[in-house]
Amino acid sequence: MRFSGLRVLREGLTGNRGWQAHWRDASPKAAYDVVIIGGGGHGLSTAYYLAREHGITNVAVLEKGYLGGGNVGRNTTIVRANYFLPGNSEFYSHSLKLWEGLEQELNYNVMHSQRGQIVLFHSDGQRDAAIRRGNAMRNQGDDAELLSIGQLKKVLPYLDYDQGRFPIYGGLLQRRAGTARHDAVAWGYARGASERGVDLIQNCEVTGIDIEGGVVKGVQTSRGAIRAKKVAIIVAGRSSQVAAMAGMRLPIESHVLQAFVTEGLKPCIDHVVSFGMGHFYISQSDKGGLVFGGDLDMYASYAARGNLPLVEHVMEAGMTLMPMIGQAKVLRSWGGIMDMSPDGSPIIDRSPVEGLYLNCGWCYGGFKAVPGSGHCMAHLVATDRPHTAAERLRLDRFRTGRGLMDEEGTGAQHNLH
Amino acid sequence: MRLPCPICGERDRREFYYAGHAVALERPQEGAGAEAWDYYVHNRDNPCGETRDLWFHESGCGAWIVVTRDTASHAVLGAVLAEEAAR
Repeated sequence: MRFSGLRVLREGLTGNRGWQAHWRDASPKAAYDVVIIGGGGHGLSTAYYLAREHGITNVAVLEKGYLGGGNVGRNTTIVRANYFLPGNSEFYSHSLKLWEGLEQELNYNVMHSQRGQIVLFHSDGQRDAAIRRGNAMRNQGDDAELLSIGQLKKVLPYLDYDQGRFPIYGGLLQRRAGTARHDAVAWGYARGASERGVDLIQNCEVTGIDIEGGVVKGVQTSRGAIRAKKVAIIVAGRSSQVAAMAGMRLPIESHVLQAFVTEGLKPCIDHVVSFGMGHFYISQSDKGGLVFGGDLDMYASYAARGNLPLVEHVMEAGMTLMPMIGQAKVLRSWGGIMDMSPDGSPIIDRSPVEGLYLNCGWCYGGFKAVPGSGHCMAHLVATDRPHTAAERLRLDRFRTGRGLMDEEGTGAQHNLH
Repeated sequence: MRLPCPICGERDRREFYYAGHAVALERPQEGAGAEAWDYYVHNRDNPCGETRDLWFHESGCGAWIVVTRDTASHAVLGAVLAEEAAR
């Protein structure tokens, strides 16, 4: 089934009776070439690229709940490539390029909207840092523009430019950044993978990983044992638990990151706007809701909901930056479970067990990484060599101290990211 | 979330600074080797459920405390002074 404008028109005129399920709900076979643990954005995109780029279609994606029911549905849908350090820089650049062709490639509307992201700065020091970051982005081949206060007032007239505590000096704009429809990304990849023969198996919880003589042999699940030549752990949010089944202890601490959405309003915020001083960022969904968030609650948590101090902090920061949103009613809030690594950057690497691969540590970067992560992970699983865009995302960088990607410059320590 | 400081009693979470898992109290010997230090500095059990972590009562009495709590429910189960926990 292909989607097109004509198809929508025809279905609309014939009572929408021709639509079919977007993917097969498969049952597990006894053995696969590759088993992917985790049916979220990253697991589904890995399955898709394994099939499309490497011709490996004897693949199962095992999901303990339903497809896309985890963090891919619990984020703020922002897509950008404005990282500074080598490692993150080329990886997120690679991912953004994949985003740009994604809808045509998947024949699926993921509502990717390159509306631009503006990171504000509030001091001379922050301006210098923004210029340096912008230059790094341009060196990577991505776009970045520095907006003066005059330019900024034209595009974001609604900010409070008079407040003295955090005066606004300007902003760093990436026009190619924006948002996408989070669920549709998972569904689009699921459909693409399923069409190519991948088995998507829901309600199938992995309970053990079979390893003999340092080589992976398969997995135990709530729906029976499944043999596999290769197994990929792609379960950010639960990485420590699944890796423990293979006897590994990861450099990861799970934290909750809250987000909020208001009632639907008429279009008023045209970009993604980040407050460089108050841990606040905001965009407006196509449905009209203001989607915004802030920093971590800053203690280990799997609760998928946060505490009130951070709620208060985020609301205060929002009101400081753009008092006009004060009349909007907050509809709901949620928390995503972040795989926080010590340096705040991800891991795509082999594990010490032969045939077992690891994709984790996505910190705040998981959603925008979905295409890039799947693309690079598929390359790693298929060829046993890292993709050039992800070769710095190594597991051993903490032990060796080489190649740490400490984007915030705070040191590779758990409680600082 | 309110944390029971053994000295001050139950206080708002905002008075405390979170320093991570209480593994910090199990510092390896100096010559323990890279593996042990990696284990201590970076790797974590990261349990979904009961955990022990280290907090500093920054805006209170200044004590370091070890809090036992549940990471899945945010229930706080108890707290002791870090110097007692380290003994």
